[in-house]
Amino acid sequence: MKGYITEHPILEFKRDKKVKFYFEDKEIEGYEGLPIAAVLHAAGIRVLSISERYNRPRGFFCAVGKCSSCLMEVDGNPNVMVCMEPLRSGMRVRRQKGKGQKQ
Amino acid sequence: MTNDKGQIRNSKTSKLLNFDICVVGGGPAGLEAGIVAKELDANVIIIDDNPVLGGQLIKQTHKFFGSKAHYCGVRGMDIAKILTDMVDELKIDVLNNATVVGYYDDDTLGVLKEDKLFPIKAKIYIFAAGASENMLVFENSDLPGVYGAGAVQTMMNVYGVVPGKRALVIGSGNIGLIVPYQLLQAGVEVAAIIEILDKIGGYYVHAAKIKRAGVPIYLRHTIIQAKGKDCVEAAVITQVGDKFENLKGTEKTIECDMILIAIGLSPLCELLYQAGCRIDYVPELGGNVPYHNENMMTSKSHIFVCGDLACIEEASTAMLEGKIAGAKAYETLYKENKKSNEIIVQANKELATIRSSPFEARILFGQKRLRS
Repeated sequence: MKGYITEHPILEFKRDKKVKFYFEDKEIEGYEGLPIAAVLHAAGIRVLSISERYNRPRGFFCAVGKCSSCLMEVDGNPNVMVCMEPLRSGMRVRRQKGKGQKQ
Repeated sequence: MTNDKGQIRNSKTSKLLNFDICVVGGGPAGLEAGIVAKELDANVIIIDDNPVLGGQLIKQTHKFFGSKAHYCGVRGMDIAKILTDMVDELKIDVLNNATVVGYYDDDTLGVLKEDKLFPIKAKIYIFAAGASENMLVFENSDLPGVYGAGAVQTMMNVYGVVPGKRALVIGSGNIGLIVPYQLLQAGVEVAAIIEILDKIGGYYVHAAKIKRAGVPIYLRHTIIQAKGKDCVEAAVITQVGDKFENLKGTEKTIECDMILIAIGLSPLCELLYQAGCRIDYVPELGGNVPYHNENMMTSKSHIFVCGDLACIEEASTAMLEGKIAGAKAYETLYKENKKSNEIIVQANKELATIRSSPFEARILFGQKRLRS
């Protein structure tokens, strides 16, 4: 799949099965179990949220669950740290605006 | 390896309140602390917020230096596997995917795992929470594409995701030298590494390797701006003068879709503040660090620290600090014995060897300041 490393001199990547999920209501594919942020990045999606005050685009920064730069709305829950949250089939992922909204 | 529903891996009981030693953080320091304490026969639990143990070792594809005792020639990710296997062999209780969210007045930890909050109590705590990457402020530094260098390393080496097409790296410490080499291995272009000082920060071997691969290192340079609409499309760098002032007319635009920040780490002290431990500002050790004596004991006799949380250094020293913390925690609870004493003497000897290198002079200076 595009966006993933296929050949590497040292590493071999064992991946789970491909599943479908939704980003902004659009269906896309990703490997189950990888963090949502990684799957979105591989799909070319870097803007994960929009800042509260000045509507600036935001992406991840630390990718290890420390900095809270990657908060998104997942299955109606705001403030999900997507660099840590594993992808599951059918998830609905949305860009969060500011503090987000519970649905 | 992951375990669901709040069950503790390796544990036969569900009692969460009577551990001898609770280790917070399952990286090189925490794992060694837990292993040593368990080998000495203490009742240990390790809590970690990742699905797998090993901390940041799991993304380190490079081989380590030093002596055989420090896993010389072994890749970081393989050291993670060795330590994790030892944890399993010793049947140490492990709580994965769990975040310690608070340290409470009755010396209990609040632990969050899969939306469930529950307490864990131990007689002694060893904090090995590690550190987080420092951010750098410049125009548009909040644009997606400005990433921690470690974040990019995680994306490509752990998840196998192509992080981008072309990178600019800020900072020439070991992370700033190693990650671009790993980018090249993953087929990503590296435009340059820039360093504000007049010398390279990391080991010469790493610098030589990246230079041989054709990546330029610009000394006395800093970044002043990221360009791009929704994501990074370019970066503007400039030369700096003797007082680190930007030199007008030396600006250069570099095409890139990623800017990697590799300017250092800060210890994750939050829980130690909550526990009431003394925290001192010692820049040589990484900024605000918990006070600790040579036994890795903080200002509270039942709380120990080790690894990057105690002082920003290398994984090899983190492991040795972990051994000392684990053995000293055991001795605090029970009694000093021949085995615990041997572990401490040996670890201190190895630490002294590593820290005798000129690269480590800063650490020794910082420790002196911390303990003065």
